[in-house]
Amino acid sequence: MLEKLMSIDRRIVFVLVAVAVIIPTLLKVSFPITVSQPTRSVYDFIDELPKDSTILMAFNYGPSSLAELEPMAAAVLRHCFRKNVRVIGMTLFNVGARLGDRVMSETAAEMGAVDGEDYVFLGFRPGGISVILGMGTAIDSVFDADYRGKPLSEIPMMQDVRNYDRIALVLDLASSATPEAWIVYANTKYKQQVAAGVTGVMVSELYPYIQSRQLVGLMPGLLGAAEYETLIDTPEKATAGMSVQSFVHLLIFVLVVVGNVAFFIQRRRTQ
Amino acid sequence: MEVLGIWVAAFFTLCIYSFLYRDNPFYRFAEHLFVGLSVGYGIVFSIHQGLIPFAWDPFWEAITKREFMGLLKLIPIFIGLLFFARVVPKYSWLIRYPIAILIGIGAGRAIPNVMDARIFRQVYGTLTPFGQIHAGALGFFEIFGAILMLVGVICTLTYFFFSIEHRGAVGGISKVGIIFLMVGFGSAFGNTVMGRVSLLIQRVDFLLSDWLRLI
Repeated sequence: MLEKLMSIDRRIVFVLVAVAVIIPTLLKVSFPITVSQPTRSVYDFIDELPKDSTILMAFNYGPSSLAELEPMAAAVLRHCFRKNVRVIGMTLFNVGARLGDRVMSETAAEMGAVDGEDYVFLGFRPGGISVILGMGTAIDSVFDADYRGKPLSEIPMMQDVRNYDRIALVLDLASSATPEAWIVYANTKYKQQVAAGVTGVMVSELYPYIQSRQLVGLMPGLLGAAEYETLIDTPEKATAGMSVQSFVHLLIFVLVVVGNVAFFIQRRRTQ
Repeated sequence: MEVLGIWVAAFFTLCIYSFLYRDNPFYRFAEHLFVGLSVGYGIVFSIHQGLIPFAWDPFWEAITKREFMGLLKLIPIFIGLLFFARVVPKYSWLIRYPIAILIGIGAGRAIPNVMDARIFRQVYGTLTPFGQIHAGALGFFEIFGAILMLVGVICTLTYFFFSIEHRGAVGGISKVGIIFLMVGFGSAFGNTVMGRVSLLIQRVDFLLSDWLRLI
């Protein structure tokens, strides 16, 4: 029995995980979401901004991280449009341009926000750190037009936004090390407030920046998206996803415990 | 057209997940197509968003308009082109110039900011709570957290301090450092699991709702 348990076919584990995802998804199981302080800090910061403030959202992710970061982007955009906070979108990833444009225009259409007045998507520019530094001097030195080619000088909401001086917050939705670049260059050099929403894989690396207040707040993966949806009282896919996630976590927890118990019993018997 | 897109996405999703059973031609086809598409999309997009507006257009304007300021833009374009000297063995040494410029600029702008952001501000963040403890502004759990963090920082740094042999008190402190490191790795692993499961949930949701329309 113990030998069988220790040499279990990994495909059985895959089937169990699939079942733990499919059944709760079909049954639309829902659990309450408890909001963590780092996510609440991002929400509070945006919520307290005066009307017609401007934030910058960087969509630094590709299709492989879409599942975690797009619900987060949609939730923050809904909050901003509801509060009449204007949003400038951009990306440092070439694959992020289409994704950022899509989530901005779809959420804007849903919330009745107007392109050029309530939001603008500037698209992609190569250079990474050079782009971050250049925007601190003059945004139009880096982006001379928006994603659709309209010159910045013709975009109403960009008339009084020249650089970081008029941007209340940079929110980096990232699947790689870009939040650290924003912290090192935008926060340290230009004293720009920075927050981040990142994939689960990266969260642990960024917690030290909350303690030192180099980050206003931090949203961890799908959990962060679900927390933000809870805060704006608009449960969407992330909230549903986190309920399903709980079943998988329970399964993994049981498998880890059973595996360890079996391992230690077997080792004792061998000794 | 949208229905076709959903069927194509569903087909490739199943192709990729078929690897969980065993390696097979469907998985390889989907994998190769994904890699090819990603690289192709990235190259074309970078040409349109980077090479054309920042190199080709200034170059062409400089040639056609023959303005002095426009001609100055040819200098960085020429330095950038030196990267391709690598493909001609006789002139491959020329690549040292753009690399030297890149390293010089990169280090010059990174060192002061990185020192400030990753060392000074982190030390400040670790020690600031102790000033607040002295002022009586922190509760029990916050004081406990501040002390725990300081102990964690010292013990973990000790583990990576190799100038003294890890025996006696130093060995004990570095062992405590290992515990803190393990807690950190555990946290990272837990978050990684959450991230990977999120991807699976999104794909299952797509298959069940958009493709099969079961929910």
